[in-house]
Amino acid sequence: MGSSTSLVPKSVTAAINAHGFGYFGCPHTFGQVGYRLKRTEQYIRVKPDNSSVVTDGVKHSMNPFCEIAVEEAVKLKEKKLIKEVVAVSCGPQQVQETIRTALAMGADRGIHVEVTGKDYETLGPLQVSKIMAALAKKEEAQLVILGKQAIDDDCNQTGQMTAALLDWPQGTFASELSLEGDKIKVVREIDGGLETIKINTPAVVTADLRLNTPRYATLPNIMKAKKKKIANVKPADLGVDITSRLEVLRVDEPPQRQAGMKVETVDDLVGKLKEAGMV
Amino acid sequence: MSPPSPSLFPHFPVFLPPLISNKANKTLGSCLRGCRGLSQLAELPDTHQLLRQTCRDYADRELNPIAARLDKEHSYPAKQIQELGAMGVMAIEVPEELGGAGMDYLAYSLAMEEISRGCASTGVVVSVNNSLYIGPILKFGSEEQKQQWITPFTTGEKVGCFALSEPGNGSDAGAASTTARQDGDEWVLNGTKAWITNSWDASATVVFATTDKKLKHKGISAFLVPMPHPGLSLGKKEDKLGIKASSTANIILEDCRVPLGNMLGPRGAGFKIAMQTLDSGRIGIAAQALGIAQASLDCAADYAHKRTAFGSPIGKLQAIQFKLADMAVAIESARLLTWKASLLRDAKKPFTKEAAMAKLAASEAATFCSHQAIQVLGGMGYVADMPAERHYRDARITEIYEGTSEIQRLVIAGQLLKEYQS
Repeated sequence: MGSSTSLVPKSVTAAINAHGFGYFGCPHTFGQVGYRLKRTEQYIRVKPDNSSVVTDGVKHSMNPFCEIAVEEAVKLKEKKLIKEVVAVSCGPQQVQETIRTALAMGADRGIHVEVTGKDYETLGPLQVSKIMAALAKKEEAQLVILGKQAIDDDCNQTGQMTAALLDWPQGTFASELSLEGDKIKVVREIDGGLETIKINTPAVVTADLRLNTPRYATLPNIMKAKKKKIANVKPADLGVDITSRLEVLRVDEPPQRQAGMKVETVDDLVGKLKEAGMV
Repeated sequence: MSPPSPSLFPHFPVFLPPLISNKANKTLGSCLRGCRGLSQLAELPDTHQLLRQTCRDYADRELNPIAARLDKEHSYPAKQIQELGAMGVMAIEVPEELGGAGMDYLAYSLAMEEISRGCASTGVVVSVNNSLYIGPILKFGSEEQKQQWITPFTTGEKVGCFALSEPGNGSDAGAASTTARQDGDEWVLNGTKAWITNSWDASATVVFATTDKKLKHKGISAFLVPMPHPGLSLGKKEDKLGIKASSTANIILEDCRVPLGNMLGPRGAGFKIAMQTLDSGRIGIAAQALGIAQASLDCAADYAHKRTAFGSPIGKLQAIQFKLADMAVAIESARLLTWKASLLRDAKKPFTKEAAMAKLAASEAATFCSHQAIQVLGGMGYVADMPAERHYRDARITEIYEGTSEIQRLVIAGQLLKEYQS
């Protein structure tokens, strides 16, 4: 950077968080533009020993917010505002499928950070953020885009932690994103409404639902994705220690929904609520 | 019509190599070698898996939610066809230089099945454009014809149709009575074509007409006619049992004039062009039938989990389990036949017999599965609240168009007997 002309990030890394339910993928967003992809489960059950959820034989697919992140990165490239889109994901061999989907949507290349077995089971936002930060520095990314949260663990931490580790500004819950000179304007969806901020680059942005509508991969792009490269790295290669600081004690399904009861009048209702100690 | 019973299925020769003559054995062997390995039938290549998933996502999100309304209102899914065009699905086999997706027939079968699983009407629109309209032009057209008649039809903005059947002949395609006579530098076409899918929404058609009735099927040629066009008019839209969102009507030609350059392929080659085109089209319709069958199975299996009777979900009852198992076997066998036919075609090996087998198996699987799905759903299967009744109505046509099941049996027997001739 350091140029006085408009910012054209060299590449955008999208971190694709691709890991199963209850597992943490490594969000990698590289930038140039990196986005992190996460691969999440569809229907889940808790394992009999309450240690985690069942992932074998369960269909995994790209986390919906990560899809939105990929789409945004590809759109920026189509507008010629950025030069390269790199899709990153952490996890076992299967995450390559998710990276390929991102490539078919228009990413230029992928990085698969291999994390398997027990390491994968305990991989959490902190570990993923460390990996993302390391990759962002290595790839000289200007913009890192992630989904705001994964629908399996709903942590909503990786983007924020990555920014903190890099000491970069962050624009989270983005519903609009535009590059203005060497700054990024982000419209954020917050509890009170919409907040517009301008942040310097390099920066981390997390995608919210209304940022865009992800495209369906076109058939020609699916064929082209076959030729795009996916590099393989290990966390150790990046100098990242992925030991977990958390121990999951127990996972339980939410309690069965109990039947309600009908009352005749509003007074009855208030009475019952008082009895239950709720008012 | 009584539904085909499950006992018919064991009779389909799926993967049992028969005791056959040396010549047939050699043909079979070279077919298998040429078919890029049967392993592809067990595990699709990455690109094809991604394609399948993409089409499935599109069907689930964009087609499934509107299929019931499209059926009820008989409305053509113009927006969806355009979106599919943008994805490359309307011209899967067409090379990229001409605006297509540049993929193979296995990809086409996969895409067709997933699209049809969401909406069978949309599926037939896609199939007719790909196999019946673009197919013959891609194979028999001149470079100029390809540019003019294929490229604008790859985006979903324009679709084409295929006009072979007439009120007087469907299966008996050789008896075409639509005529073409040369008048100066034009062909003048006269006659009526019947049952033309996409007719009301198409921008062009491939029409088969005879230049000399005395030559019988050797007198038939293929012509490209734009739509609308002076001398070409459409009959009323047929009010069909199923696939209601696609238009079906007569095409009436009254002194319809087209330039001489609009003949497709050599003079007199029309019948051959039609038959070869239908061979490929059969794979598309087999895939459509698979989609309908699969949607029926999905509906029935889901219901079996949720509906309780006699104290438990009905999925626990053997009577229901046997039905679901029979449905699954019928679908999987037909699917593998369809993939095999696609792989043979992609390897440029003869595939006529396999395509006919696939279409026969898949269409009978569709009617069987949709029939059984209604049975599993009971009363709920009979009302529009559930999609089972629509699948039942959509499935029926797959045993009729692009070659009736009877014609498929004749094609298969013809090929088989050739193999046994020493």
